[in-house]
Amino acid sequence: MMLIECPHCGPRAQEEFTYERTRDSVVQLDDAPEVAMATLYARTNPRGEENEIWRHTLGCRGWLELRRDRMSHAIVAVRALGRAVLP
Amino acid sequence: MSGETARFTFDGKSYTAQAGQTLAAALLANGVAVVARSFKYHRPRGIMAAGVEEPSALVTVGEGGRAEPNTRATDVFVYDGLVARSQNAWPSLAFDVGAVNGLAARLIPAGFYYKTFFGPPRRWMVYERFIRKAAGLGPAPQEADPDAFDHRAAFCDVLVVGAGPAGLAAALAATQAGQRVVLVEQDSLPGGALLREDARIDGQDGADWAQGTVAAIRAGGGRVLLRATATGYWDGNLVSVVERLAEPGQVPAPGTPVQRLWKVRCGKVLLATGAIERPLAFGGNDRPGVMLAQAVRHYVRRHGVVPGRRAVVATSNDDGYRTAFALADAGAQVLAVLDSRTVLAGPLVERARARFAVLADARPIDTRVAGRRLSRVIAQVGGAETTFAADLLAMSGGFTPVVHLHKQAGGDLAWDAAAQAFLPGTARQAQASIGAAAGGHALDAILAQGWAAGGGGARAFAVDDPLGLGTPAMAAAIPQAVRGKAFVDFQNDVSLGDVDLAWREGYRSVEHLKRYTTLGMGTDQGKTGNMAALARLAQAQGVEIPQAGLTTFRPPYTPTTLGAFAGAAVGDHAGPVRRLRLHAAHEALGAVWQPVGYWFRPRGYPRNGESLGAASLREARMVRESVGMVDVSTLATFEIAGPDAAALLEMACATTIGRLALGRGRYTVMLREDGMVMDDGTAWRLEEQRYLLTSSTGGADRMAQHLSWLRNVVAPDLKASVVNVQEHLGAVALAGPRAAAVLAELIGAAVPAHMRCARAMLAGIEVLVLAASYSGERAFEIYAPGHDMAVVWQALHEAVVAAGGGAYGLDAMDHLRVEKGHVVIGAEVDGRVTPADIGLGGMLRKQGGFVGWQGLQRPALADPAGRRHLVGVAAVDGQALPEGAMLVAREGDVPLGHVTTASPRVAPDPEGLTGGIGLALLTDGASRQGEELLAWSATRGQTVRVRVCEPVFYDREGARYRD
Repeated sequence: MMLIECPHCGPRAQEEFTYERTRDSVVQLDDAPEVAMATLYARTNPRGEENEIWRHTLGCRGWLELRRDRMSHAIVAVRALGRAVLP
Repeated sequence: MSGETARFTFDGKSYTAQAGQTLAAALLANGVAVVARSFKYHRPRGIMAAGVEEPSALVTVGEGGRAEPNTRATDVFVYDGLVARSQNAWPSLAFDVGAVNGLAARLIPAGFYYKTFFGPPRRWMVYERFIRKAAGLGPAPQEADPDAFDHRAAFCDVLVVGAGPAGLAAALAATQAGQRVVLVEQDSLPGGALLREDARIDGQDGADWAQGTVAAIRAGGGRVLLRATATGYWDGNLVSVVERLAEPGQVPAPGTPVQRLWKVRCGKVLLATGAIERPLAFGGNDRPGVMLAQAVRHYVRRHGVVPGRRAVVATSNDDGYRTAFALADAGAQVLAVLDSRTVLAGPLVERARARFAVLADARPIDTRVAGRRLSRVIAQVGGAETTFAADLLAMSGGFTPVVHLHKQAGGDLAWDAAAQAFLPGTARQAQASIGAAAGGHALDAILAQGWAAGGGGARAFAVDDPLGLGTPAMAAAIPQAVRGKAFVDFQNDVSLGDVDLAWREGYRSVEHLKRYTTLGMGTDQGKTGNMAALARLAQAQGVEIPQAGLTTFRPPYTPTTLGAFAGAAVGDHAGPVRRLRLHAAHEALGAVWQPVGYWFRPRGYPRNGESLGAASLREARMVRESVGMVDVSTLATFEIAGPDAAALLEMACATTIGRLALGRGRYTVMLREDGMVMDDGTAWRLEEQRYLLTSSTGGADRMAQHLSWLRNVVAPDLKASVVNVQEHLGAVALAGPRAAAVLAELIGAAVPAHMRCARAMLAGIEVLVLAASYSGERAFEIYAPGHDMAVVWQALHEAVVAAGGGAYGLDAMDHLRVEKGHVVIGAEVDGRVTPADIGLGGMLRKQGGFVGWQGLQRPALADPAGRRHLVGVAAVDGQALPEGAMLVAREGDVPLGHVTTASPRVAPDPEGLTGGIGLALLTDGASRQGEELLAWSATRGQTVRVRVCEPVFYDREGARYRD
């Protein structure tokens, strides 16, 4: 089970987090329909590092962006998403 | 060993065990040779091993809810009152009808199940009953487990798995270096191999040294868990450990769980997991009395049990000789040592020759039994055959390092040709393997390696091993000549012949071999047998063993009870219980409860022996005729505020929000990105920059997640806040022709018009009144802070009863909404419908800009033809409709749709139909109005003729809910 360094809470067990999707599959509402559908369904799924969106659902509920190696599960970088409203 | 004894029973017969003995040791001591029947052929099986790798001696231990089936007799320590039973034998262990399977073994070869499944369907149907009865393991207990299980988390600098010499030395060094240490050992005693050897360390007996070392580790602050097995090695250096605080079937100490599942997050992991001895493959190698050589030594030295009087030792390596010495020292007669190597040399061999017949190029090829236990060993010595009248055959085919955890951690393996074994190669996590698990052999080297791995400085252990270990060199343990069945996987009855058969039938990959023969798929996961099968496969392929490949090592390392995984999350603790603020008020009215997610909601309030159905219909009619009230506190509610509040709402909602005037509300619908309907609800403008959004109870968590996603990820720059106020607010809906009058009286003011909202004072509480109707009658939702809800409910209930009404429940609400054609998320909205499918297409904002608009532009969704539309269905012949029934032209046809909700009529039909009504999703439903179809439920055996109509059965003009 991965150990994820939440920028707000510190290192926490993976079971506190939920995986959402890859960063490159976030649809913007002003994207053209074809672009939006390609973003949703035509994913690259690289063997290796990828930017992923997670949520610390059973913790601070903050949204995170992880850069993670999908072969080794090594987490390269973590940053908080959303407006920096936390003190 | 103390003089204490424990009494236990096996298959109803009473026996006595010495304290500290395993069930296997006690059964051997009592001369019980046959303890189990094999899985497929029902062959009599005895005890082969001494540890968790035991494949054959599986028994059920304990009674009632405490019964633990498939327990290895080698992995349970006898306590007073232990009850064990044999498995997979009928009518008895001694006389098992199923043993005919053994005679018919030619009819049940490898791949039997596979061929039967893929053969003509009738064949499986014929065999199934017979097979289910004949093949199998112990039955699961029917009763609930009366004991508690626990979960715990731990953190350490160093976790050491295995308290053999390597693990003890490492844990001691790490403790003395000031590290936080956890040491886990699956046995009840520390020492590992030291418990079966007569070696001395630093002048102490090995077992005593182990005890002393554990004491030193504990004194230094380390945590030592005995009867604790590291079952899995996960990412992030997390190791799961299952600790037994009571033996299988044993009543735990008061207030103590029987097992504890530890999740240990480690800085570093040292795997000192030892090695498992391999059996030799020869005819009848599964007979009771054929045992692993180290296991024999283990029983002799640790438990004081000599498993036979006339022994033959068959070995491919020097270690087997130590068993010959141990047996002879304990008074058994060693008839011969059969060594498969052709050239024998070394001090150990020379010392053996002085005491026993040592035969080179010698191996067992077959066995005979008398009274179900071993009586003869037929051996091939050079080119000749010799028979020994032996009741014990101790075999050693070399050693398989326990690399399971190393592999689970992502490490790779390296083939060691000299040891004929896979050793741990590169580690991917912060871990190292030490001792026999890393191919270690000599005790002094193992101790030094462990000490260094634990971070210890220069130190030598004084080891006194009178026999000497000999050399690790061994002959390749691929059997050359066998007769009869030579088993490799004893638990699943896979023989060398089955491996050969799989090869002949074209199964080339080791993964295919495994699935075809069921090799290594038993509860022991092939700990003893996999290597021999692999060697045979490699031989057939004409490649070296590493080229043949290995199957995957999956957690858990040993079978784990479901209770350990569940921990305390069972029964009432399996999930949270969400009770309404008004729970007591509903209870007082005699509510029948309905679980909805984690909530408990009133389904109806039957009176004076009324059935729930009758009560619900009465409640629904009450709403149509006078006034009713229903608790809707579970609705999802969000306050969205800020300058960009409307913009955020318009992203989530497919309808227009921005033009909503102050104090007004609108029905709205939220879509998924693919354009399908996710949820529905109402949006209200409470203040200039403050909105209230309601949505369905069941979708509350999903909607909270969705809004947070939009707010934080998709549009982080919007100036809007989203607050989930569901837990804060309570709500009651008041509906019926007298609702407006009742409410106006209570609040002393005019009630808001339909789809408008207002603040008011009710019974001294400030409430928010939303005029919205779900039932089709004039209705209001009255929101108040949860802690004030009891007062609000009480005041409303008194007024409603005075007006001739009362409370109604979920079933009545469902009847009312079906008549109005209102959809429910989860029934009509099943994740496959677009807004147009359920008649809401006209509400959507044409210019888009909301979640789902892009998905809806896909050509297949833009064209309504061929899609399932929401329709009403009415029974033509006066019957009730079966919910979930298929809509077909004729029974057995491909369904055109299905009934999503069925309901009785609350209001009479203007055309005089009396049967049930329902909502349905029907292909091209919009153009099928007036058609007659069958609502066909094959599962309920019901078929009802229905007429397709518009999905509104009551007040089509919508006159009743307006002011």
